[in-house]
Amino acid sequence: MKFKSVFDIIGPVMIGPSSSHTAGAARIGRVARDLFGRQPDWAKVHLYGSFAETYKGHSTDVAIIGGLLDYDTFDERIKTSFEEAQNAGMTFEFIPETGHVDHPNTARIVIGDKDSEMSMMGISIGGGKIEITELNGFPLRLSGNHPAILVVHEDRSGCIANVANCLYKYDINIGHMEVSRKERGHMALMVIEVDQNVDKEVMDDLRKLPNITQVTRIAD
Amino acid sequence: MEALFRNVRELVERAEKEEKLISEIMIEQEMLMTDRSREDIMIQMDRNLTVMEEAVEKGLKGVHSVSGLTGGDAVLLQKYRETGNALSGDLLLDAVSKAVATNEVNAAMGTICATPTAGSAGVVPGTLFAVQNKLNPTREQMIRYLFTAGAFGFVVANNASISGAAGGCQAEVGSAAGMASAAIIEMAGGTPQQSSEAFAITMKNMLGLVCDPVAGLVEVPCVKRNAMGAANAVVAADMALAGVTSRIPCDEVIGAMFEIGQSMPSALRETAKGGLAATPTGRWLESKIFGGAVVGSGQ
Repeated sequence: MKFKSVFDIIGPVMIGPSSSHTAGAARIGRVARDLFGRQPDWAKVHLYGSFAETYKGHSTDVAIIGGLLDYDTFDERIKTSFEEAQNAGMTFEFIPETGHVDHPNTARIVIGDKDSEMSMMGISIGGGKIEITELNGFPLRLSGNHPAILVVHEDRSGCIANVANCLYKYDINIGHMEVSRKERGHMALMVIEVDQNVDKEVMDDLRKLPNITQVTRIAD
Repeated sequence: MEALFRNVRELVERAEKEEKLISEIMIEQEMLMTDRSREDIMIQMDRNLTVMEEAVEKGLKGVHSVSGLTGGDAVLLQKYRETGNALSGDLLLDAVSKAVATNEVNAAMGTICATPTAGSAGVVPGTLFAVQNKLNPTREQMIRYLFTAGAFGFVVANNASISGAAGGCQAEVGSAAGMASAAIIEMAGGTPQQSSEAFAITMKNMLGLVCDPVAGLVEVPCVKRNAMGAANAVVAADMALAGVTSRIPCDEVIGAMFEIGQSMPSALRETAKGGLAATPTGRWLESKIFGGAVVGSGQ
């Protein structure tokens, strides 16, 4: 089931005018920021399908920038997010794309600063609900509804068991988990949705495990 | 409690078997799915109801969108209603004006509660606050109205779509109207089966509705479609309460809506490429608002 809560239907409380193009877009931006772990210095936002055709009218652009500034769907500052971004020293660019994508409301957000860059593909599936479908080239499925941990690792046996054991040690329950890799024996990605927010201590422990390259988290 | 309801038939069967309201089945399912207390869930829905009340209040005072395409119609409708000469009846026009009020606030980037989406946010509150004057519900009954509407929306979202880009306006305003109609039935003391009939009758009359927003804005024809969605919901609720049934079962109507959405060309699914958006006036308004080029850098 794509929709699990009645508040996915009666909600979210949000700034208009469109749940999929404004609220969903804000959420996609906010998850990108969460995954990046800080406010980026710059953002290139590629828009596909209906997003590309109607983003100005739906304020999809200001909503995504609002999300990158960590605003929730009902934050009044979404309306002035362009100015807020400029004040915060963040530059941004919107690139409407004509290429075919699976879902009509798709955005690819490329963000970065002097230290690193990140690319994320998100879709807005209706009513403000979103899914993240790609991260740095890795296909994945992440709802953004639950706290989640993303672990980039070498594709070796034992990696998944080590991570699961570590979470077990801290009594963290896994709600949903997916593993994907670009090529056998090279880099792989674990996406783990958990029931509670994960604190820094757990993150540090995960980072110390063998063959783990990078660990990031999304808070609820 | 049994497993989740997946379609309207299961929802109605459970309500009848357990002799519970549809709203109650939805509340219990929410408690089970999210592991939250009843109190918590009721408080959140109460907050959503308050957001809806505030949006209607704001819209009835008169708001205008930045583009200038929409605004002020809720005020006109209320003034006309107060003359007592409305042909379609007081309650119907009240529902229509309050649906318009909500969507005018949405178009003006005000705060609303998506129900099930922002573009269709007017129908459920519009009908609720109009029916309220006739039925004098308690606050809890008003909150339950939203759970009943939510239960039907839940089925549509999981078995078809509530997104205009995916399924056209039938998926948005059509679903909202069906949800409102089913909720009116419960508030008016009808049976769960009558809720299902009302939803089916409403949805049947919204089938095929394209999503063709002029200039890509959630304004024209969205605001007026919310008005008609609210009217459709009230009339279908009356039909179901009168004992009229749908020859095509509710779940099959939802299935038909999904199939129609799938076969709809993308020009008619929120891309502003077809329908009213592609009329000479639609194109003229688009260039007037966006100065010709609709694409470009936001920097």
